[in-house]
Amino acid sequence: MKKLLIGLAGVAAMSLGMAASAMAEDPMKVCFVYVGSKTDGGWTQAHDIGRQELQAHFGDKIETPYIENVAEGPQAEGVIERFARSGCELIFTTSFGFMDQTMAVAERFPDVKFEHATGYKTAENVTSYNSRFYQGRYILGQIAASVSEKGVAGYIASFPIPEVVQGINAFVLGAQSVDPDFKLKVVWVNTWFDAGKEADAAKALIDQGVDILTQHTDSTAPMQVAAERGIKAFGQASDMIAAGPETQLTAIVDTWGAYYIKRVQDVMDGTWESQSTWDGLAEGILEMAPYTNMPEDVKAMAEATEAAIISGELKPFTGPVKKQDGTVWLEEGEVAEDGELLGLGFYVEGVDDKLPQ
Amino acid sequence: MGMTEAILLTIATAATPLLIAAIGELVVERSGVLNLGVEGMMVMGAVGGFVVASLTGNPWIGVLAAIALGVLTSLLFAFLTISLAANQVATGLSLTILGLGASSLMGEKFVGQAGKKLGNLDLPVLSDIPLIGPLIFGQDPIFYISIALVIGVSWFLFRTRAGLTLRSIGNNHHSAHALGIPVLRYRYLAVMFGGACAGLAGGHLSLVYTPQWVENMTAGRGWIALALVVFASWRPARVLAGAYLFGAVSIGQLHAQALGIAVPSQLLTALPFLATIVVLVLISQNVRATLINTPAMLGRPFVPDR
Repeated sequence: MKKLLIGLAGVAAMSLGMAASAMAEDPMKVCFVYVGSKTDGGWTQAHDIGRQELQAHFGDKIETPYIENVAEGPQAEGVIERFARSGCELIFTTSFGFMDQTMAVAERFPDVKFEHATGYKTAENVTSYNSRFYQGRYILGQIAASVSEKGVAGYIASFPIPEVVQGINAFVLGAQSVDPDFKLKVVWVNTWFDAGKEADAAKALIDQGVDILTQHTDSTAPMQVAAERGIKAFGQASDMIAAGPETQLTAIVDTWGAYYIKRVQDVMDGTWESQSTWDGLAEGILEMAPYTNMPEDVKAMAEATEAAIISGELKPFTGPVKKQDGTVWLEEGEVAEDGELLGLGFYVEGVDDKLPQ
Repeated sequence: MGMTEAILLTIATAATPLLIAAIGELVVERSGVLNLGVEGMMVMGAVGGFVVASLTGNPWIGVLAAIALGVLTSLLFAFLTISLAANQVATGLSLTILGLGASSLMGEKFVGQAGKKLGNLDLPVLSDIPLIGPLIFGQDPIFYISIALVIGVSWFLFRTRAGLTLRSIGNNHHSAHALGIPVLRYRYLAVMFGGACAGLAGGHLSLVYTPQWVENMTAGRGWIALALVVFASWRPARVLAGAYLFGAVSIGQLHAQALGIAVPSQLLTALPFLATIVVLVLISQNVRATLINTPAMLGRPFVPDR
């Protein structure tokens, strides 16, 4: 029955579309630019799962071509432009480093709509969409501080951009909410994806005595090293449980599918407008992987925190919070504004590292 | 296991693939051939090693497959540049691009699968000696192969007649040809040896370093190996020193960061290449030493006149 209804709805939509314009006969082209490989087990895979959900939702009404392994920086402009020329109506550029290139191409193709992930620039035909990953990292911090025996965690970081700095700060604030003396060691590897280097960083951190590992890079190598050395770790962007069945505590899983479906529907309905979206756990743009390998009480605490963040009761960046240099950032009860978070360029108190400039 | 041992072991693991790939390329360049496709051969070795190891369940067969795939890839280069005298720089660069593409195609079904790790050596008593035990008797088997390769190549190049012949071809292929030396055959073998080493280095990545397959997993290590050969001014012992220096710098900077010492990590990432430039400037000061070690025919095709 359900199938029949969907089928009928599809037929109805199609005939409506045909009546409206001849163009609707062709499937709408929704194009994706990926920074990594769609099977990277992390960031890009999460976007590709979203694309597949989108394709499945609209069936043959849309086409979703994609290009993998597009390097960030000037080269990306050619790829985006080629998509714009080839008749894509909506283009998703799914990495921070595609921002300026997306803006440049968007200016030359005012009729094409663009959506750039995790940036901060918008235009008439460019939307910026992002996920509040830091909400998940606050939960990770709480779990780390509860599970760790040595009271120190290791953080493998990619590039000093606001999104990554937010994550580190949220992790520390979460950990301090459980153990005020919790320490965090940060290592910057200057890459999103280099299995060898990420593994080296993981080994260095473990050799220096951390017993919890978290990462803001995309390969599963750190999880593998953690499993080999017998410590616990958190997955990033995708559920990495396969790389460490006895090791992963939980993972921040990006779930872009619902957002992609909504935006494509908006284009079809003619209601698409440029906006700046920053959704979180509540809207379902990110989810926590099952809480595993931890005691029941820690699991209960993590679930409670997750529920509090979803209900809006708990906001990770709420004062009193001091900056790393000891000056006050947020007064008691003050909540950080989105604008400030999107440009975040300093650590909070308790991070054992100097932020690269 | 103490911190010092742990750090030294990590350095050895980081240096081994660089060392193996570089020592192979050194032999290739000593014969007068410049193969810029190290990265491509290495990544083919990585995918071949991983795929075969996970299909057969035996990492040692994986190692053999890695070597075989490296040799196969290098044969393509050898045929184009030695038999057909194509431009070596262009062919080498396209070999890298081909290798990266072909490997991701071959490995697509294997991304994210748990790999087979080649176990470390574990000798009773010996491996338990503090400090030197784990370092000398407790490493992965490919580490020992890498050290043997340095000694073997050094002995071959400077202590055997065939090594002397190989170097003479690299210095003047016309004279060598006039003396009746089969220039092309020597070069074929040298390029294949380079391919075998690059393949083995790739196998080390996907079977020891990070036992998994991900696209593009060499991440520029082939280029570092190429830089190392020049850095070492074509001397095997210096390749060994260089590889461990590079390994120490890259691991050391991670430890420095974890200790909270403020070092600009972007600068340290560039350090291997900066060091190569400095060494190039230094060795170009001493023209004599440069002439002695640099293969004079490097990158020049040879077409025998019959």
